Amino acid sequence: MLDASDSYVTEDGRTIGGVVMEMKNITLRFGGVVAIKDISFDIRQGEIRAIIGPNGAGKSSMLNVISGFYNPQEGQVFYKGKLRPSMRPYQVARQGIARTFQNIALFEGMTVLDNIMTGRLHHSKANLFEQAFWKGRAEREEVANREVVEKIIDFLEIQTIRKTPVGRLPYGLKKRVELARALAAEPSILLLDEPMAGMNVEEKEDMSRFILDVNDEFGTTIALIEHDMGVVMDLSDRVVVMDYGKKIGDGTPDEVRNNQDVIDAYLGVAHD
Amino acid sequence: MNKSSPATDGLVSIPALLKRNVKTFGAKTAYREKEFGIWQTWTWAEAAQEIEELALGLLNLGVAEGDFVAIIGRNRPYFYWAMVSIQSVGAIPVPMYQDSAAEELAHVLSNCGAKYAIVDDQEQVDKVIEVRDQLNDFEHMIYVDPRGLRKYDHSKLHEYSHVQAQGRAAQEEFLPELERRQAKLDFDSTCVMLYTSGTTGKPKGVVLSNRNIIKSAQNTSEFDGLRKDDEVFAYLPMAWVGDFIFSIGQAYWTGLTVNCPESAATVSSDLREIGPTYFFAPPAVFEKHLTEVMIRMEDAGAFKRWLFRRYMDHAKKVGPAILDGKPVNAMDKLKYKLGELFIYGPLKNTLGLSRIRVGYTAGEAIGPELFDFYRSLGINLKQLYGQTEASVFITLQPDGEVRADTVGVPAPEVELRIDDSGEIFYRSPGVFVEYFNNPDSTASTKDAEGWVATGDAGFIDEASGHLRIIDRVKDVGKLADGSMFAPKYVENKLKFYPDILEAVLFGNGMDRCVAFINIDLTAVGNWAERNNIAYASYQELAGHPRVLDTIQSHVEAVNRSVAEDPMLSGCQIHRFLVLHKELDADDGEMTRTRKVRRKIVEEKFSDLVTALYDGSDEITTETEVTYEDGRKGSIRATLDLRDAEVVPTFQHKVAAE
Repeated sequence: MLDASDSYVTEDGRTIGGVVMEMKNITLRFGGVVAIKDISFDIRQGEIRAIIGPNGAGKSSMLNVISGFYNPQEGQVFYKGKLRPSMRPYQVARQGIARTFQNIALFEGMTVLDNIMTGRLHHSKANLFEQAFWKGRAEREEVANREVVEKIIDFLEIQTIRKTPVGRLPYGLKKRVELARALAAEPSILLLDEPMAGMNVEEKEDMSRFILDVNDEFGTTIALIEHDMGVVMDLSDRVVVMDYGKKIGDGTPDEVRNNQDVIDAYLGVAHD
Repeated sequence: MNKSSPATDGLVSIPALLKRNVKTFGAKTAYREKEFGIWQTWTWAEAAQEIEELALGLLNLGVAEGDFVAIIGRNRPYFYWAMVSIQSVGAIPVPMYQDSAAEELAHVLSNCGAKYAIVDDQEQVDKVIEVRDQLNDFEHMIYVDPRGLRKYDHSKLHEYSHVQAQGRAAQEEFLPELERRQAKLDFDSTCVMLYTSGTTGKPKGVVLSNRNIIKSAQNTSEFDGLRKDDEVFAYLPMAWVGDFIFSIGQAYWTGLTVNCPESAATVSSDLREIGPTYFFAPPAVFEKHLTEVMIRMEDAGAFKRWLFRRYMDHAKKVGPAILDGKPVNAMDKLKYKLGELFIYGPLKNTLGLSRIRVGYTAGEAIGPELFDFYRSLGINLKQLYGQTEASVFITLQPDGEVRADTVGVPAPEVELRIDDSGEIFYRSPGVFVEYFNNPDSTASTKDAEGWVATGDAGFIDEASGHLRIIDRVKDVGKLADGSMFAPKYVENKLKFYPDILEAVLFGNGMDRCVAFINIDLTAVGNWAERNNIAYASYQELAGHPRVLDTIQSHVEAVNRSVAEDPMLSGCQIHRFLVLHKELDADDGEMTRTRKVRRKIVEEKFSDLVTALYDGSDEITTETEVTYEDGRKGSIRATLDLRDAEVVPTFQHKVAAE
């Protein structure tokens, strides 16, 4: 087994670093319902880490714990080697963790460009007064932010819809815009909640390519939840499998695929 | 113009023209490309710097004189520079269609034995790698966009900017060699090799010399008064000869600015932002724009629609005359000026055409309605006739002599000849050197005196002195009485009606002509909806008596128009039917590029053709159809055969009143 600080090189030539985020014995309850039961796993620098499981397994809850939206009742989250105290989501975002949502959460009336610009919020320091008068720092920052955003627009090939209001876009493109906004924050960890839900095969292929390219070009660590097993197995370096709030498998796609508990969870067995 | 002057004061190659441009207006913008949401610009001096660095880098890679270097990418300044860099080192650029499949690329790359390729991105790199095994001579590949390519084996793969950086580093070592090779370029060295599209057989490489390109560019720039502050929009495939002439030939000759769009999908908004002064588009593009405008007008309020219609009618009446500088009465002029202020101006701005001084269309026949729409707005849209083998230009329409049905007068220094069969031949300084490695084809196309056969039939219009194209020579036949049978000429006239999607004319060797017609389901369906005509299928709509009435009126209008032409008046349609199915590539009735396969249609529907000639009123037929998934079925239909009124040819002057 690898140590937390070890790094290795994957078959396709990417370098995966040491552990950047670690979940230790996380338990999350909503009243009497236990959504996550004593789960531990880690995410390594530069890897694509998938969380899979049947409906209601607790995947989204797990992602929400990582993004700081939920604070677990038990367990600890270590980020870059330090214990992370309970935080508000915006504080987590400032630490370099960005996410997309299962049900797209964009500003429908705003243009694609403006939506993506909101992802730069944490990179602007100008105050309200400066913003209002568009002087000095505000202007410089806006120009710098726009440059970053334009690179992302180019990267995700959405130049055509730059000035289109998001409400007019088809579903697949909205997903891409949401990814763009998350990327605009220049995150070190990117959380994707079902990035391919509801897409057709072609859109899924495009999205897979973008996820791989993001990981490859920017070295962004990616944690994603996905239902489509084919996609997960192709994309990810390591997979966590959850069922009924418990972790039932963890390892490379091949290991997970041959894990009897995982097969049972997906194909179904009688529960006692 | 002094024809005997050898050129052009030592300006015998594109690199030489570049040197002159840098010297005389180095600080003027040469290239623009929209990237990252902004128009990035390069002056002639900056472009020359980029070109020199790449050329040095190519020397560093070992590119030898006479090597072929493929260019596969969309219109970007990097590739235009690459062409000139390649020429500078004495090699030959071969631009290719970037949407070609790997196999098609393989054919072209192996045909010219390309040793190097300069390509756009991962997609193109992958394609070339896929066919790498079939290419014996291939060595290095250079790409512009590094995205996704970091993990590739880079022993034979190089990033464009790295090649330039290496060139820069090795400047001292290679500059003398570069200058030596540049100095060797003369009027006879090969400027570019362009592959024909290959609709008839495998693509052939057309070798064009510096003389071909530079003389053609010079002559036509002077013809249209192009100058260095003109702006051209480069959005058509780089492998097409037109783009090479506009964006390299004429751009380097005059120093005009070449603007490249951000991506293929943003062409229309980029066009609007640039507002080119010199513009080329095939008729289909103009048609698409017009349709968009019309659909948006339908959605506008009643007042706006009224205003639009009123002023467009006025524009149709006097616009072309004003554009041609013909006298128009003062009241009409004033009204047109008002229209310009409120309607035409904003409309042209939306289309991105407000600054056009010279616009051209070519490639296929353009509908007179469509043509007049743009001309009436005050857009100087003209037609030209050309081909790769001629370095584009054979004929051009001069300002003030523009008509929808001709393609203009011979371009400067072009001689035209029409032989007995009606085929057009030309001879000009633009005539290609040869088909690469294909002396047989060269000999059968170009004779010893330099006359080139176009394969098109046409004639010189007596009244105007303009050339008119009729059809491909191989499709032109004779009617029983010996008069000319030119099916495409008549079919095009029919297809200009939005209701008619396709038409097939028969009559070769017969005493009169008959036609099959396909209705356009969108247009006719729309009409049916507005008129409360219910229909369940294409077949039902196609057989509806009111649809037949409409089509009949179109056919008769076409007959009247055909009759005005003494040479072709025999081609009037005596009887026609509206087909019960759409002609389809899946059934082999059309090519994949939607050209009708006349022979196959004639065989497949031979019963219908016979019925049209034997005078029966209706016929029941059964046709096999292939569905998209490959299953076969058949449809049965009873078709009405209709007689159309024809204009008696011997007294057509009376009838035309």
